[in-house]
Formats: sequence, C-alpha cells, structure tokens
Amino acid sequence: MPADPMPSHPHFHPEGPQVVGKPVPLIDARQKVTGEALYTDDLKLPGMLVAKILRSPIPHGRIVRIDVTAASALPGVRAVVTGQDAGARFGVLPVSEDETACAIDKVRYVGDCVAGLAAEDEETALAALRLIDVEYEELPPVLSIEEGMKPTSDPIHAKTIDGTNVQKFVEQRFGDVDQAFGRAAFVRDGKFRFVGVTHTFTEPHCVVAHYDADGRLHVWSATQVPHYLHRALAKVMEMEMHRIRVIRPAVGGAFGGKSDPFPHEMIAALLSRKCGRPVKIRFDREEVFLTNHGRHPTKTWMKLALDPDCKLSALELDAKIDGGAWGSFGVVTTYYNGVLCMGPYRIPSFHYTGRRVYTNKPPCGAMRGHGAVNSRYAMELLIDQLAEDAGWDPIDLRLHNLLPPYTTTINEFRITSNGTRECLERVRAACDWNRTFRRLPYGEGIGVACGFYISGSALPIHWTSLPQSTVHLKIDSDGGITVHSLAAEIGQGSDTMLAQCVAEPLGVALDRVRILSRDSDTAPIDLGSYSSRVTFMAGNAARKAAEEIRAQLVAAASRLTGYPPEGFVLRDEQVIFAPNPGIAVSYMEALGEALARSGALIAKGAYTAAPPMGGKFKGAAAGLSPSYSFQAYAARVRVDPETGEIRVNKVWAAHDCGRALNPIAVTGQIEGCIHMGLGQVLVESMDFNRGNLENPNLLDYRTLSPKQMPEVEVILVESNDPEGPFGAKEAGEGPLLPILPAVANAIYDAIGVRFYQLPITPDRVIKALDEAGRPPKPARPEARRPGHEPAPPPARPRPTPTQ
Amino acid sequence: MSDRDLSPAAVAPRVITLTVNGAPRTATVRPYDVLLDVLREELNLTGTKRGCDMGTCGCCTVHLDGRPRLSCLTLALDCADKAITTIEGLRPDARLDTLQRFFAETGGSQCGFCTPGFIMTARALLDANQNPDDAEIREAISGNVCRCTGYVKIIEAIRRAAAEERITAAER
Repeated sequence: MPADPMPSHPHFHPEGPQVVGKPVPLIDARQKVTGEALYTDDLKLPGMLVAKILRSPIPHGRIVRIDVTAASALPGVRAVVTGQDAGARFGVLPVSEDETACAIDKVRYVGDCVAGLAAEDEETALAALRLIDVEYEELPPVLSIEEGMKPTSDPIHAKTIDGTNVQKFVEQRFGDVDQAFGRAAFVRDGKFRFVGVTHTFTEPHCVVAHYDADGRLHVWSATQVPHYLHRALAKVMEMEMHRIRVIRPAVGGAFGGKSDPFPHEMIAALLSRKCGRPVKIRFDREEVFLTNHGRHPTKTWMKLALDPDCKLSALELDAKIDGGAWGSFGVVTTYYNGVLCMGPYRIPSFHYTGRRVYTNKPPCGAMRGHGAVNSRYAMELLIDQLAEDAGWDPIDLRLHNLLPPYTTTINEFRITSNGTRECLERVRAACDWNRTFRRLPYGEGIGVACGFYISGSALPIHWTSLPQSTVHLKIDSDGGITVHSLAAEIGQGSDTMLAQCVAEPLGVALDRVRILSRDSDTAPIDLGSYSSRVTFMAGNAARKAAEEIRAQLVAAASRLTGYPPEGFVLRDEQVIFAPNPGIAVSYMEALGEALARSGALIAKGAYTAAPPMGGKFKGAAAGLSPSYSFQAYAARVRVDPETGEIRVNKVWAAHDCGRALNPIAVTGQIEGCIHMGLGQVLVESMDFNRGNLENPNLLDYRTLSPKQMPEVEVILVESNDPEGPFGAKEAGEGPLLPILPAVANAIYDAIGVRFYQLPITPDRVIKALDEAGRPPKPARPEARRPGHEPAPPPARPRPTPTQ
Repeated sequence: MSDRDLSPAAVAPRVITLTVNGAPRTATVRPYDVLLDVLREELNLTGTKRGCDMGTCGCCTVHLDGRPRLSCLTLALDCADKAITTIEGLRPDARLDTLQRFFAETGGSQCGFCTPGFIMTARALLDANQNPDDAEIREAISGNVCRCTGYVKIIEAIRRAAAEERITAAER
C-alpha cells in the first residue's frame, strides 16, 4: 500500500490508527440479520392498545363540528383525542411551530390528523374511526406554487407574507452580479422543474406511548431526533422534560423522513395519558406517503456567467418551493436552495431569491441532501453548457474554477479541508474520461458533476449555549466500556462510529465498547441524526471523552511501572511505554489500578461547533458548517432512442469524506445515495390530482429496482479534516448530489438533448428527441486548457431550450 | 361476491396448528387473517417485518415448504399443511446462516428492516441455484425493496455466500 500522503493526525498513535480506517461490519449487523433487532413495531407492552388516526379526506377546509360520542361509546374504545385536547403548537424549527397534535379548526391537506383513538384491538379502532362524525366547510385548496403566491383572504396559516401563502422569502446578494453578467463571455440560464420525491424508508412510522402510574411518559418512536421529540412532547403535553422519557428503538431507515417531531407521536402520548394504558400507533404505507416530509417540488431558474478568462463570475438563482401544509424544516430549505449551490466553485457574485409557499398538500421537509439537490442539478447542467460554449472539457472547466482548501466563500462560509481536485482527477482517470467523453457512439454517453455539502450545521436549531453533542463514558471493573449518547442510529452506522471513536484512543478491541444510544433517561443531549452532523459532532464528543479516560489509564500505568506518563501509548489492549515497549501493562491491569483510586472511570466529552464563523448579514448562519464534504462523479449511460429507455451502466463516485472511519459504512452510504439520487432523476415522482396523492404505495411510486442499479466504483478521497474526528467528515448526504446532474450530462452526451424536468422518463426522452428533431451527438470540445490559448472572445449567449 | 359466506360461524376464529420453524404452533386465527399477522402478533416472531401490507416491499418474506412467499398476502389458514420457515428458523443453532454472516460482513444490512426478507428470498434462491449469476440474483431480489444499500452490498453478500456454500458443498 502506498504511504499515507497526508500528515499524520494528532489523535493517532505513533504507529497510525489502530481501529479507525479499518473496514468493520456494523456492530448491530448480527442483530439485524437474525431478526433479533427490535424496531418500535416489535414492542409489546402488557395491556397495550391499538390506536388509529382519522385523517382529513379534503385538502383544505374548516372543521365545523366533530362528534366523537358514538366512537367513544363503542365497546373496546378506551380514549379519543381531537384538536381540543392539546392546543400547543410545535414544529422542528422554533421559527415555524405551526403544527398541533390534531387539527384545530382547520384541515390543511388530505391526510391531516383530525382525531385519534385507542381501542383494545385494531378492528375496534377502525370501526370506531368510522363513527367519528366530522362536518367540514370546504375551502378553496391551494395546490400550486403560483396559486400560493397570490394574495388571499384565507391563507393556509395565519403567519404568512403579505396576505399570500408565502411562508418564507429569502434574498441574498454578494458582489456585483449585473456587472459580472455584462462582462461575461458566455451566459447560460435555464428553468428547471422538480417534482416532489419522498424517502420511502422500509419501516413505516411507529410509536408506542405509555403514561405510567407515576405520571411519567415513556415514548418509543422511530425517530432520527429523539431530543426534538422530547422537547415537542414537553410542550404539547405541558410536562417538564424530566418527566418524559424518549426511547429510540432500531429505526428502519429515515433519510430525513423521521427528523421532525410528528403529530402521531403527540396523539399516542395524549391517548395514553387519557386512558393510562400503553398505546401503539403504526402507520400503513399510505399514511407513510401522506406524512411525507420529502423533497420539495421546486421551480428553479438559474443563470450563470463565465468571464473571458473562463472563470465563473456570476450566479443568479430563483427558487420557488412548494412546502405543502406545514413549516417543518422549510425555512432552512429555502436558504439551502441558494447558499449550498456555489461550492465547490469560486463564484465572486451571487444573487439569490427563494420563497417557500404553503400549499394544501402533504408537508415537505428534509430529505437526504436537504435543500441542495435541485439547485445542484441546475448548477451542474449550466456549467456543462458553459464548458461547451467555451470549447472546454467540462472537467477542465470545473478544475479551473474550484475553491481551494482553507478559504472563505463570497457568502462567508469557512472552507477547511477540500478534496474536490483529487475527486475530479481520480474520477477522470478511473472512467477513462479523455477517451470516452464525446467519443462514444450515438446513444451512449458519459457525464460529470460535482457536489458540496455541510458536515453538520454550525449553528444549532435552538439558540442555547448547550453543546450540540455530549457523550458520557463509563468503565467499570468488568472492563467493558459503556458509551451513553443520544445520537440516533438509523442504519447509517452511528453506533459503530461511536464505538470506533472510543476504541481508537483507548487502544481496545471494538467489542469492548457497548453503545447505549437509545434512551433519553440515560443519555446526555445530542441533537440527532440530521444535517450530516453525527460523525463530526458526536464522533468528536466521543473521542474527547475517551481521551479523558485514556489519560487516567496512562496515569495508572505510570504509577504501576514508575515510568513517566508522557511516554505511554495504548494499543492492542495494552498500555505501553513507547520508548521501551518491553515496559507495558495490560488494559485490565491499568484499569484495575485506576479503579482502585476512583471507584469508576467516568468521563464526558462535548462538541460545540467552533470557532465563531460566518458573516453578519441576514441568513448568514444558513449553510455554515464546521466542515464541508466534496464530491465528483462520472456516470456512463446508454439511451435507446427508439424506446426512450435510459440505462445507467456505471457510476464512478469520488467523495471527500475527510477520513473514512469505516470504509464499509462510507461506501454503503455512497451507494445508497446513488440509488436514491438515480431514483429522483429517472423514476420517482409524487403525483397529485386535486390535492390527492395518486401513488401512495410502493407499486405506483417507483424506486430504482435492483435490476436498474448500475455498477458503482467508489473512490474515497481523504482530505484529513483538521477538526473532524480523526480527520472525518460527512458521508451520508453529499454523495447524493452529483449523481442526478452527472446522469443528465451523460444523457446529453449520448443523444444531444438536455432535460429541465425530472424524472427523465422514457416518454419524456422520446418527446424531447422528437421536439429537438433528433439532434446528432454533441461535438467534441477542442482541447483548450487554461494558459494554453488566449481566452475566447465574448460571445452572445445562445438561446436556452425551455422545458 | 354475493355467495360469500359471512355468517358468524364462517368468520369465527378457529384454532389451527401451524408448523413453524420445525415445531407445531397453535394459533387462533380468523379466516381472513394473513400469515404475517399470525407470525408477528400471535406467535411473537417479530423478525418478519411489516413494510406495506400489500405485497410491494418484500419485508415479510418467509418460506412455505422452502419457497419464498409474502406472508402479508398469504392467508394463515392456507398454511396449515405447510412447513413455514421464518428468519428465526433459518439457523438451527447459535451459528449464523452463511447468508446472514455475509449480509453482516459485507454491509448488506444497514437499517436492517428489509434484511430478514432479503435473506429469506436469497436463501430460497441459493437452495434452488447454487451458482446464480448477477442477473439471476438481481431477478430473484427484485421483489424486495431496500432503500439504504442501493442493493450493491446485498448482491455482493449473496454472491459471496453462494461462493462459500459451493466450496463447502465441494468439500463434503
């Protein structure tokens, strides 16, 4: 193996990392392959009731009357709740707490929770639902972005902008955009249209609530954000947080779709408190689709300029975002559509307008690659077009315009480690780009695209001074190391990551470490598994706690051997005096000595994003991250011009993850991202008809099948982040971004047609080919490179094909 | 159907004996109960997962007489004379089945919710075909949905398990 080109990380032993960087199976994998792992729906509590939710059949309406008398009287029904039972508003963002447990006065989408009831069995619960008598006064539904932007006398929510249904408007301007466009050599713009897509995790939402005899509320839920659920429950139930216990069982996939506190969690808690019995709510698949919180349908207009030196000089962007019925993460989404699309490029002027509109459709929220996916698609298509205009190879043009490492962007993001250049160069070599781009036969193509994403949000959602992640660590005389954390294991491998970050400084085997990350009664606060924050933040907290214990073990070894503590290293379950490795005590001996003095080894570690960063302008915090991930992908496609069928044959995926703490987990994240992104670009679409979701099941809402999944060659680029745990950055979301535009650029290479609307289905391919008059394959660029030739003269922008 | 007998006697629960993982298990079922409900709710075999209740996700895959079946679309009464195998019955002792081991080792299981269904589907494939090619593996698992792995490591796990089982069979 070649030597590590990066400087050795200060956290590592002189011999290099012992645990991190090694491919290890996820520590909970055996539980999962045997079916032993317990998910929320696998839990049964004595006396547990089945609860069901009555949902609105209309997209928008006033609740004139709800009569639950007959339902309550049905034998076997133990509790019923409606909007009257809990008035408190909640929501994941404090700025847009617009949800209630059940609808109060108004329903806002087909599927909105109107009432909940708990009964002895499912059949009784379903029968009772039919006995709830609701009278609605229908209101005109707002079903499109355009309608939502018009003034109305009856907005969906009380708090909107200027009497419209616009929930949030964002404008940011940096540099002189107009001047830059005026001086540009080439300008491209495009109108892009993105439909909604949804997470489609396999485990339906499920919650068990038990308000016990002591007046404590226990809530087991399939959630990514136990802490935000804890807060919302306290608000809605009007209980102190210490009287509530949130437990996160195994979670069957989430991808952002379980990162809000939800009405059904409140309903279960309210029902249990009413009847004093444990209550379970399990969604059917249609309820999962209606609950949504998936990627926002968006209309994006983007204009990008290339100056005479072939430097990107101006970006203008407008995003109109369909939020659906609730706020959710939407304020963040509105910012992210703008602020996350400039990286990994240096662009000196930028003008962004974004608005998120409430509509009477299932709420949208955070989905893998939150807020960045759609604008990234537009950005990477326009760059490809500018490269073509300028006669540049698109990889060269990208390389010519990259942000360097350790810099600041125009919108004052602090960039630290940055491996984009290596990503692009390695992808170019791996996919044989120079011999394939624009050189494949008609119908075959190759395309490239980059990506850029946050590695955790530098500023927390709630403006508190508490650390974003805290980890407690305890070692007792059995030698096992217990890690308490509330970082939510949702399949991404965060428990394994925590175990690695603890085992590395302590020099012990991974199976000495046990992760208790499920229970708010025992775990310190962690903000949860969203915004790709867990490895960076919880990983650092775990590492710090372990280093504190490490110092105590070293002190014990020093006492036992009489050698100074400075010289000791920990590895292979030994505490070794490095200058003379013959001097060593075992981990258990050192532990025994340490415990003899202290009774128990206990430590804590915490992470707060630092140092202070970012600008002073409005919205400066949005998109700020202690570190960023970078990607470059190439995709090879074959398009059948007769059937319109698109086949993605291979993807080369280079991702700068800082350091791959566990290559199995990192490559797994990248492959999963590619699958999900390919779904959005090729097949996935939430289809609505007058506010009704027409495809709320896995047959009609298609995801990419195993037969359509291409070969993936993952290229891990390790830029060794100075602040990440052992150099690591995120790997869960950024790797989704480049696949969509890489495929679209490859399709253009294959058939000479650009697509401004997703998904790119066979019928759209045929239609586009016919409309474009079956163009030939695009011509090869001349091999112009920076410095080799004079810059091209300014040219008139070409007309842009419209959707 | 007008001739469907919905009389209380016809839809009344009845006690049946099912052969689950090699042992007789008694369950009280109604004529319309599906096997998935009986396994999970009556027999507490929660390794078989409920993902959609309509045969679209494959999470509930079990074996009936060695063949993969969607337990959410299978009436429990129809299983009285069949051998039912669930993920809990795949391994006769504490050791993992080859597929279970390779799903764990290769990263074929992330959130794990689809995993039992995939392993039961793959087990049936390898029982019928010791040396499936890539296309046959993809075809076999195309009724199972995974949203975490992009199927890459699932396919790899099945391929590696098949290879190991061929070696073991050759040594025998």
